[in-house]
Amino acid sequence: MNYRTIAGSIAILLVFLASWEWGPAAMGMPEYVLPSLSNVWHEFFIMWQHSELLKHTLITAAEVLLGFGIGAFLGLAIGVALGLSPTAEAMLSPYILALQIAPKVAFAPLFVMWLGYTIYPKILVAVLIVFFPVMINVLSAVRAVDPDMVNLIRIMNASRWQIFRLVEFPSAMPALFSGLRIASTLAVIGVTVGELVGGNLGLGYLLVDSEGQGNTAGVFVAIVGLTVIGIVAYAAVVFAEKRVLHYMPKANLATA
Amino acid sequence: MTSTSPVYVVNESASGESTVAAGPDSSNHSKRVEIEFRGVSKAFAQKGQKDAPAVVKDLTFSIRKGEVVSLIGPSGCGKSTLLNMGSGLYSATTGTVMVAGQEVKGPVKRVAFMLQKDLLMPWRTIQKNVEVGMEIARVPKAERQAVAQEMLHKCHLAGFEKHYPFQLSGGMRQRAALARTLAMKPDVLFLDEPFSALDAQTKMVLQQDLANTLYNEQKTALFITHDLAEAVALSDRILVMSSRPGTIIEEITVDLPHRNNPLERRKLAGTGPLIGRLMELLHVGDEDAMH
Ligand SMILES: Nc1ncnc2c1ncn2[C@@H]1O[C@H](COP(=O)(O)OP(=O)(O)O)[C@@H](O)[C@H]1O
Ligand SMILES: [Mg+2]
Repeated sequence: MNYRTIAGSIAILLVFLASWEWGPAAMGMPEYVLPSLSNVWHEFFIMWQHSELLKHTLITAAEVLLGFGIGAFLGLAIGVALGLSPTAEAMLSPYILALQIAPKVAFAPLFVMWLGYTIYPKILVAVLIVFFPVMINVLSAVRAVDPDMVNLIRIMNASRWQIFRLVEFPSAMPALFSGLRIASTLAVIGVTVGELVGGNLGLGYLLVDSEGQGNTAGVFVAIVGLTVIGIVAYAAVVFAEKRVLHYMPKANLATA
Repeated sequence: MTSTSPVYVVNESASGESTVAAGPDSSNHSKRVEIEFRGVSKAFAQKGQKDAPAVVKDLTFSIRKGEVVSLIGPSGCGKSTLLNMGSGLYSATTGTVMVAGQEVKGPVKRVAFMLQKDLLMPWRTIQKNVEVGMEIARVPKAERQAVAQEMLHKCHLAGFEKHYPFQLSGGMRQRAALARTLAMKPDVLFLDEPFSALDAQTKMVLQQDLANTLYNEQKTALFITHDLAEAVALSDRILVMSSRPGTIIEEITVDLPHRNNPLERRKLAGTGPLIGRLMELLHVGDEDAMH
C-alpha cells in the first residue's frame, strides 16, 4: 500500500463515521432505528460499567480462540490423514461433502441442548465450522504435491516419514494458511450464533439482551465488539502466515 | 584411432551386452560394468488391463564405470521411463536392471538424479536444499554443512547459501540442483534433460562444470538430452532410441578428445559429422517426421 491508498482509506473511514453521526438525524431517523455514532459510543461506556462488557468480550474471544485452535488442529490432522490415504478419502467423501454442505450454525441449538448454557456449545459450533475449510485445503494440498519432488527424495532413500516431513507437510503450508484465514472469520460467526441461541455469556448474549430491551445502541456495541474480535483473529493469522511463509515471493502472498 | 577425422563406431544391433566400444579413455576397458539393462521392457497397465502396450522394449546395454552415455530419441519414446527404471522409481515389466552390481528393486544407494525442473524446495535455503540428501542419510550437521558449502563453491554459488530459491535466476537454481546432486557423492548419475530449460550460454557453462566433475571423479552417467550437440559434447557413447515402443536402434561411440572440456570438443572438426549422423538417425527434417 502506498500513501495515496492509505490516505484514501482513511478518508472513506472519516466519511463513513461522519455520516453515521449526522446522517440518521438529517434523514429524520429515530434513535431506536439507527442510533448516532456518539450515542453508540456513549452506550459503550454504560455497558462497560454496568453490563460487564469486558468480561463478555473476553469470554467470546476465548471461545473463538479455542474453537479456532481445536478446529484448525483437527482440520490439519484429518486433512493430512485423508490426503495421504486416497482409499479413506474415497470412502468418506460423500459424508464429508454432506457435512460440508450442511449449514454448521444450524447445529447450535442442538449443541446447546446437549451441553447446556455453557461456553462449550459455542466452542463446538466454532470447531465444526472451522474444521472444513482447513481440512479441505490441507487435503487437496497434500494431494497436489509435486510427484517429481517426492521421487527426488525417494531416490535419496527417504523413508515414508521423511517424505512426509520434508516434502508433503511443508508443501501444504500455503494452503493451510489460506484455510486458516477463512477459518478465522468463520470462527467468530460460529461462536456468535452459539451465543445468540442460549446462555448468558459473551457478546452474542449482550446482543440479544440489548435487542430485548429495545437498546439499538447496545446491539451496535456488540456488533462492533464481535467485528473487532474477528479482525484481531484474522490479523493474527496473517501475521503468522508472513512469518511461516517468508520464503514465498511477496506477490504470491494474498494482500492483507 | 585418431580424432581428426570423423570417426564413429556404429553397432547395427546393440543387443550384445559386451559390445561396448572403448571411449577415448581406454582405461574404461578394464573397468567394471556399472549400469546394465538386460532385455528390459516396460508397459504401464491401467486398472484391469491385462496386456498393455510396451512403452519400451528389448532394452539391452551396459555402461562401464566412468563412462558418460547419452540417450537420444524422439519425444515420448520412453527415455524418461528408461531412466526411472534405472533409478528404481519404476520396476521393469520384463528383464533385469543392474546398477552398481546389484539388481534394482527400489532406490539404490549412491545414485542421484537430476531433472529439467530444479525441484528445489522453496521453503529451504539453497544450502539446506543441497544438504537434503545428507539429512536423509543422517549425516552429522557439521559435515553436512561443510560438504554443502564445498559443493556450492564448486558450482559457483558461494555467497548464496542463505538465499531462498525464489531469489535466484533459473540458471542459478539449476546450478543449485547440480550442487545438490553432487553433494550426494553419487557413483551413478541419471540426468533427464537437466539443461534443456536454460539459455544457450548458461547451458554451456553448466555443461562444462558437469563434464569436468564427471571426468575428474570418474563418475558414471546416463544423460538424456534432445540437444544433439550436447550429446556429442558430453559423452563417450550415444544410444539412439526408436519411437514408441522405444528400443535402442543405434549405438555410436564418440571418438573425440576433451570429454572433460565440452567447449573445446564442440570446436573439433569431428563434431559436425557426428551430429549429422544423429540427425539422419532421428530423421530430423524428413517429411514424415515434420508435423
Ligand atoms: N507413470 C506412467 N503411467 C502411464 N504412462 C506413462 C507413465 N510414464 C510414462 N508414460 C508413457 O510412456 C511414454 C513415454 O514417456 P517418457 O518416458 O516420459 O518419454 P520421453 O522421456 O522419451 O519423452 C509416454 O507415452 C507416456 O505417456
Ligand atoms: Mg522425458
